[in-house]
Amino acid sequence: MKTIFKVAVVLACMLSFTWAEAADKLNGAGASFPYPVYSAWAFDYNKATGVQINYQSIGSGGGIRQITERTVDFGASDAPLMPEQIAKAKLLQFPAVIGGVVTVVNIAGVKPGEMRLDAEATAKIFLGEIKYWDDKKIQSLNPKVKLSHDEITVVHRSDGSGTTALFTEYLNGVSPDWKTKVGAGTSVKWPVGIGSKGNEGVANYVQRTKNSIGYLEFAYAEQNKLTYTLLKNAAGTFVVPSFETFEDAADTGMFDPKNHFHLWLVNAPGKNSWPIAGATFILLAQEKTDANRKVVKFYDWAFRNGDPKAKELVYVPLPKSLKDKIRAYWKANGI
Amino acid sequence: MAVTVKRNPGDIIFSSITAVAACTVIVFIIGILFVLIRESSLAIENFGVIQFLTSTDWDPVKESFGALTSIYGTVVTTVLSLVMAIPVALGIAVFLTEVSPNFLKGPIGIAIELLAAIPSIIYGMWGLFTLSPIMGNTIEPFLKRATADIPLVSVLFQGTPMGIDILTASIILSIMIIPFTASIARDAFNLTPDVVKESAYALGATKWEVVKNIVIPYSKLGVFGGMLFSLGRALGETMAVAFVLGNNHRIFTSLFDSATTITVTLANEFTEADKDVYLSSLFYLALVLFVMSFVFLAIAKFFLLRAERRHAR
Repeated sequence: MKTIFKVAVVLACMLSFTWAEAADKLNGAGASFPYPVYSAWAFDYNKATGVQINYQSIGSGGGIRQITERTVDFGASDAPLMPEQIAKAKLLQFPAVIGGVVTVVNIAGVKPGEMRLDAEATAKIFLGEIKYWDDKKIQSLNPKVKLSHDEITVVHRSDGSGTTALFTEYLNGVSPDWKTKVGAGTSVKWPVGIGSKGNEGVANYVQRTKNSIGYLEFAYAEQNKLTYTLLKNAAGTFVVPSFETFEDAADTGMFDPKNHFHLWLVNAPGKNSWPIAGATFILLAQEKTDANRKVVKFYDWAFRNGDPKAKELVYVPLPKSLKDKIRAYWKANGI
Repeated sequence: MAVTVKRNPGDIIFSSITAVAACTVIVFIIGILFVLIRESSLAIENFGVIQFLTSTDWDPVKESFGALTSIYGTVVTTVLSLVMAIPVALGIAVFLTEVSPNFLKGPIGIAIELLAAIPSIIYGMWGLFTLSPIMGNTIEPFLKRATADIPLVSVLFQGTPMGIDILTASIILSIMIIPFTASIARDAFNLTPDVVKESAYALGATKWEVVKNIVIPYSKLGVFGGMLFSLGRALGETMAVAFVLGNNHRIFTSLFDSATTITVTLANEFTEADKDVYLSSLFYLALVLFVMSFVFLAIAKFFLLRAERRHAR
């Protein structure tokens, strides 16, 4: 009997402890792409304020489902929800941080930034219509690069991912052919190529396979020192993937609070904009004002103090103009 | 035995606790089946049974889903891995039961058990970072050259060798199922009565003849059951193949093609499945796998039971 009593006391203590703690704890779930920066911010925020943020990177699909069912305080998705979806599920949505997708190649003798591609060539390569590196189209974009008659190996993601969604959204916007034949989404029916799991899988495969091309998160191209290509943007300039060109894209992108910031940041109009960038989004439940205030407080803090950390982890912080728009959006929605 | 025994209350409590524990298994199985059916109901409504099982289309963008490519990949990788694993596994079993000196039996037995204990994700990473470069750079180009002139066989080795393909996946799978097949086969071989074997040796039979004519016929059913068990395991194996199969929904003819299996599709696409029909179709795939595994394991159990009954007689 005595032991049972002891156990009961211990359990009671543990329970009351968790209850006491629950007040200072926020639960979030969703996209895996921003997980490193969210958890770094959460760590610093906890040190600064004592509030604990528990973020589970279960994937964007899971994040959307969990916030729709109200099992978490905030959800996160790499793809923006359409305004109709937001209205239907009674959610709020705002961007938190920006990432970019870069195309990388492995061709003997070609150095990072030497190869120039435009939207049409990229779409045709990933459609399997351009099969060899010395294709006229590629050669005309790269008069100075010596290309030989080697077959192109396309490497794409095998798992569903926001990176794929962003990349296919870009191709969708520039190639009518791509739009009708493949379309955009977290997983698509690839006409050609081999699938590799995760950004690290694609990086590994492109590094290893001669004459290959793949797409991956900017951070992975940086860390693995892969041969990134220049891309021609909507304004017609060939741009290098870098913090500056991503920021430029974010600056010139038309984020609109009226649409809950629904925007694919592809083919941004700026002269210096990298054409495949994208924000990753936070989702809130409209009616949970108290929880929302706490979540927003965290992101407001991150917007003010988190930029260096984000850059360190190779994410692009939101430009100031956008942060202001988001703060106004919070206010307008009573948070 | 019509004697009524006064039962001790402790006994009653004990037996009811064990009965409840045993029932949980059945509750779990039925619960899982129920959930799979409920979650896949949307896909069943949309695509039916026959159409889903025979369609090769898997297009998340156009929301059109069919299971054939996944089922085909599952069956081919499983069969190939069995073809590669069974000779090795039988060799191990024969060596351990008939040939090996006693001092080697322990270490080899332990090595096999260790092989079975390696988590499958480790096989997957090893496969991606170690095996697949070796396959893509050395073994597969060699196979391609060696078979180039043989008419029908060369079809199997067409395309650019990449190392992310059916062949690599099957090899990893076969390494993973060797321990299971080997240990079940060893147990089955051990069931052969020593008297029979000794009689054969007494008649002047060689080791090879004893294995061929006495041990294998005697333990056929048990070995067969063991193979089916391994098949069940290969069917459900996920992480080890998810890394090296590429998740391509295509019907392939070459072993150098990247493909997908049911589990690989689930592992790769579940987290980012954002539309209802998409998610439901993934559950539907899981249901198909559940039924497939159930059927294979039922057959395996049937053979093993028959083998045991024969020995009991």
